[in-house]
Amino acid sequence: MKVVLEHVTKRFPNRDKKVKTEVTAVNDISFEIPDGKLIGLLGPSGCGKSTTLYMICGLQKLTEGRIFFGDEDVTELSPENRGVGLVFQNYALYPHMTVKQNIMFPLENLKGADKLTKDEMLERTLKVAKLVQIDELLERKPSELSGGQQQRVAIARALVKMPRVLLLDEPLSNLDARLRLQTREEIRRIQRETNITTVFVTHDQEEAMSISDQIVVMKLGVVQQMGVPQMVYNDPANLFVAKFLGTPPVNVFRGLIKGQALYIGNEKICDTPGVSDRGVYVGIRPEGFIFNPNGVLTCDFKNVEVMGGAISIVTGHADSESPIIRATVMDEVRIPEGTPSVKFDIKPNKLYVFDKETEERIYF
Amino acid sequence: MVDSKQQWKAWLYLSPAIVLLLVFTVWPIINTVRMAFLDNYSGLQAAGGETFSFGIENFTRVVKARRFIDCLRNTMLLCVLTVPISTMLALLIAVTLNSIKPLQKTLQTIFFLPYVTNSIAIGMVFAAMFNIVGSFYGTDRQLVTTAGIINNVINFFSTTFTGKEAMVNWINIGSAYRENIIVMTVYIVWNALPFKILILLGGLQSINKQYYDAARVDGTSRTRVFWRITVPLLSPMLAYVIITGFIGGFKEYTSIVGIFGENMGPANDRDRLNTMVGYIYDALENNNQGRASAAALILFGIILVVTLLNLYVSKKRVHY
Repeated sequence: MKVVLEHVTKRFPNRDKKVKTEVTAVNDISFEIPDGKLIGLLGPSGCGKSTTLYMICGLQKLTEGRIFFGDEDVTELSPENRGVGLVFQNYALYPHMTVKQNIMFPLENLKGADKLTKDEMLERTLKVAKLVQIDELLERKPSELSGGQQQRVAIARALVKMPRVLLLDEPLSNLDARLRLQTREEIRRIQRETNITTVFVTHDQEEAMSISDQIVVMKLGVVQQMGVPQMVYNDPANLFVAKFLGTPPVNVFRGLIKGQALYIGNEKICDTPGVSDRGVYVGIRPEGFIFNPNGVLTCDFKNVEVMGGAISIVTGHADSESPIIRATVMDEVRIPEGTPSVKFDIKPNKLYVFDKETEERIYF
Repeated sequence: MVDSKQQWKAWLYLSPAIVLLLVFTVWPIINTVRMAFLDNYSGLQAAGGETFSFGIENFTRVVKARRFIDCLRNTMLLCVLTVPISTMLALLIAVTLNSIKPLQKTLQTIFFLPYVTNSIAIGMVFAAMFNIVGSFYGTDRQLVTTAGIINNVINFFSTTFTGKEAMVNWINIGSAYRENIIVMTVYIVWNALPFKILILLGGLQSINKQYYDAARVDGTSRTRVFWRITVPLLSPMLAYVIITGFIGGFKEYTSIVGIFGENMGPANDRDRLNTMVGYIYDALENNNQGRASAAALILFGIILVVTLLNLYVSKKRVHY
């Protein structure tokens, strides 16, 4: 089921009742989620991603705008009439029911023509339990399950009524690091097998990039960029997106465009044909540095960090936004202790120039 | 673990509490059991040097006494009537209170007021409300005769719709047992509500809101949410409220005094509404400590059995 958001805005009344101004959580966002895809809503806390999810779900009312599932306008529909399944951040499994009762609960609510017999309910419960691989835990209570198992039960409960859209709120944040890797593959597999359009919210860019078909990067209630993860990573639309995606993060320098060329400090990095003179931010991905004694950019050498196959050369620069610059290079490079400075060439496709005022990308 | 050489210090610090407990709790319990099993024990006669033989005559006399059976019946009846009614009402009010936003704190305070009000005073007000005869000072300092507010309301509706005057004799001379019990039930329920509302409202507010969101997404009807989610998640508090309600109900005494005074019944039928605790007090007043102790032990036994029964049932129904 295709999901379309059109100029969706959500404003909350201010917490301090004396202040009349409202807080805008989501500001005029529009995007389209293709049918059968897994979409990651990504952004720092307070960026409105959870609010967006709850609006798609129907638990939050829209202040402005419309939401469509396929061609159907669901804006005014309540959650139960939208055909959505929601997995809560802390799972919200009913503690007094067994796993089986939890999964069956949504089915027992069905009324009228959709009403199922006991056997049909049981059959569907077992089917979905097998899908998420908890069919051996059906008689247990949620408190007797591990975090990962509870997560699966929550997904099963959301899936059992065959929703048109599956929504997951920070699905991995309550799991430990190992389980997180495993579970995100699991979510990917379940999504592939069921082919249900799935939206999940996360603040972890790695998580979003690793399993999403597309990611939507949000900041302060505004969509910054949407696209295939690798595309967004390689081609960020603005400084925020460039900084938010990637570990280790992008290195940001203060630079200058002068005479159609880009300068960091006094060093000319590259030509920028057609760009007028101005102050800029320069983003360089860690893997965008090429160690070269005759390179264009000189940095103060600090130390070397070895991480398996690659090494990080940690340096500093007077015009860097952060105290350290991280350059990831292949491990053939050897730099003796006490070297005062190192030189790099920069891969052109790993270098992004942003306007100093608007922080928008400058293409050249 | 405390060093054995240091242990005397621990006992020293505990001693004030231990002494008080021994004198005012442990010894009275032991003494109650002792007195209960000494035939026809009386404190006065014991002080006069009389001795009593060991036996169970106190118990047999108590159980055979017509008055004791009446007291037992009154107590049981009030328990069975008031505990379910007050629990259900309290649940209803707590759920309603929890779902309204404006004035919630104010209403909470109003509902809690009876708890901090003296129950004898409340009883006197209730007695005045249910009165069939009464009076108040009018504007010109003249004594005006009037019935209690309940009868005035009944009378108003009766005269408006049927044209006939109607008054119900709730508690005055000549009133019937059924009317007396209705008044007692209303009063005890009203008196028991605030504590129960407080406990249940606290329980409701500690239920994670996400369960309700999850239920909404799943399209659960309101009645189903109430019975399948709210009540099970509230069950520990409900069990607590019901068990303490029964224990309190079996110890009912002051509420009867509040409405009927020391007569424990309408003036023409003294002791009609007497309770187990009332029976024990009467036996003590008549210097019959043996019988009072036996009755106290029987009361203890009944409360124990009922509580065990409650716990047994709640094991299956309560989800901690």
